[in-house]
Amino acid sequence: MTETAVAHPTEPAVRKATPGEARAPRRSGRRRIALPYLLLLPALLLELLVHLVPMLMGIVMSFKELTQFYIRNWGEAPWSGLDNYTVAIDFDAPVGQALLKSFLTTCLFTLLSVGLCWFLGTAAAIFLQENFRGRGFLRTLFLVPYALPVYAAVITWAFMFQRDNGLINHVLHDQLGIGDSPAFWLIGDNAFYTLLVVSVWKGWPFAFLTVMAGLQNIPRDMYEAAALDGAGVWKQIRHITLPSLRSVNQVLVLVLFLWTFNDFNTPFVLFGKAAPESADLISLHIYQSSFQTWNFGTGSAMSVLLLLFLLVVTGVYLLLTSRGRKTSDV
Amino acid sequence: MSEHASRRAAPRSPMAAPRSFLWTRRIFLTLLTAFVVLPVYVMVSSSLKPLEDVSGKFEWIPSGLTLRPYVDIWETVPLADYFVNSIVVAGAATVFSVAVAIFAAYAVSRYTFRGKRVFTVTVLSTQMFPGILFLLPLFLIYVNIGNATGIALFGSREGLILTYLTFSLPFSIWMLTGYFDSIPRELDEAAKVDGCGPISALFRVIVPAASPGIIAVAVYAFMTAWGEVLFASVMTNDTTRTLAVGLQGYATQNDVYWNQVMAASLVVSVPVVVGFLLLQRYLVAGLTAGAVK
Repeated sequence: MTETAVAHPTEPAVRKATPGEARAPRRSGRRRIALPYLLLLPALLLELLVHLVPMLMGIVMSFKELTQFYIRNWGEAPWSGLDNYTVAIDFDAPVGQALLKSFLTTCLFTLLSVGLCWFLGTAAAIFLQENFRGRGFLRTLFLVPYALPVYAAVITWAFMFQRDNGLINHVLHDQLGIGDSPAFWLIGDNAFYTLLVVSVWKGWPFAFLTVMAGLQNIPRDMYEAAALDGAGVWKQIRHITLPSLRSVNQVLVLVLFLWTFNDFNTPFVLFGKAAPESADLISLHIYQSSFQTWNFGTGSAMSVLLLLFLLVVTGVYLLLTSRGRKTSDV
Repeated sequence: MSEHASRRAAPRSPMAAPRSFLWTRRIFLTLLTAFVVLPVYVMVSSSLKPLEDVSGKFEWIPSGLTLRPYVDIWETVPLADYFVNSIVVAGAATVFSVAVAIFAAYAVSRYTFRGKRVFTVTVLSTQMFPGILFLLPLFLIYVNIGNATGIALFGSREGLILTYLTFSLPFSIWMLTGYFDSIPRELDEAAKVDGCGPISALFRVIVPAASPGIIAVAVYAFMTAWGEVLFASVMTNDTTRTLAVGLQGYATQNDVYWNQVMAASLVVSVPVVVGFLLLQRYLVAGLTAGAVK
């Protein structure tokens, strides 16, 4: 940051710091040094304002007793040490219990959703790799869930999962005759599967898009060489396509994991502010417990714990996958 | 898609495909198509049904068709206002985000400087922050900036623009850096020999050459802002409400106007879906250049 300040010749501090005889040549040299920082400045300021400062503030807030009385003047909220954290991770008390339940639900949900999204996206991309009639159309069609605004798509699914007038029960109960009475999909234990279906529907096209881009970088002669050696399509997929996608998958799975784990929009639009316990994802859970009680301190502590968890998982993941890559690729 | 793209994306020899492969492909793609199309069909067909029909049992084939919901959606909730808010917010966020990302990506791609790695890693890692973590502090920051300076960020379009443009920034910078890296340095060196400064080299040489990447980033930024729900539900009030929140207004205590919900969903989706599908090849090209290296 100091270089940025030095670049302005009018600033008095700079004058003092720069010896007179060397000023002219050094200034132009320093301007060149300063240029990249100037170019980055807008991005840096925005990141600071919207991401980094709020994050640091969130960490500070998690050590305060920040209830609704202090919203307008959060600095004056009394310090509370680790109280918020003890409340959040006291798994014998209701708050901690609910948080743990929500966390475990989110883990299971993320595992299933990321796995299915990855599978559907990869399979679709591989099946559309080769040209056939209708390929271009399908490729465009498959991107529609990604292009639809989340709320429009999810609200449509909410309609389909309605008990009395939805499509799902019409098919399952009226047409296929499953179950004695139409099931509830948006409350109770079924809500988990509802959320999973909607999340996969919404998320798999991103995997498809990414894998499709990755496939374009596989040189054609690798397939030709394999075909000459007598390898069929399935063998080619297993021994050429999938291994070549490794570096794409490394990023893709991580991004899918982070997005799914932090997903707020899908359960929020699907269930409204009160998600059923079976589908109470962690982001929505923290949001609810913060804005229902206006206890931002505990909410922040929960968010910090969530961030720590994500950091550890990401770190371990990158460490493991990078090591695997080094030994096999290089 | 051009002949060029299809040739590149079809590297496997079609002669080698056995029956098992063709049938698996056929079945898989059919099921997947049904899965993808189902909600779209429900959205379109239900938006053309009268209210009695969407309140009763679901019908695959609508018994009566009406355009009434498309008239009523503008009356039930102030949808036009929400539309304007969404367009202003998403449009402005896109323009600023792309501009800021171009400068930042230029610096990262073309210069070596101290802190470069710290910058890129920090910016990218903000992608993993849970939105909920900085929602509460940002809420407080905006409220307090408003109290201290009179600049209304909380509840205003400006606040939302500022927030959204930052959301798409990390991915945009990352993707554009990859794109700029793929443009030969000789091009901007030549421009500099011709007397261009670094900034005019950026706008005369790099920006035109990277226009597909810039379009892709713009599409991404617009979609991000158009579809965001969490911050929109906290940071807007009655006059600045965007579509993301406004669409929930069709549900009253007693009844949900499902036909209108579907009609409104369709209307708010059309601009982004059409825009995205028209421009999606740029996004794939951009991903290829930016992500897959």
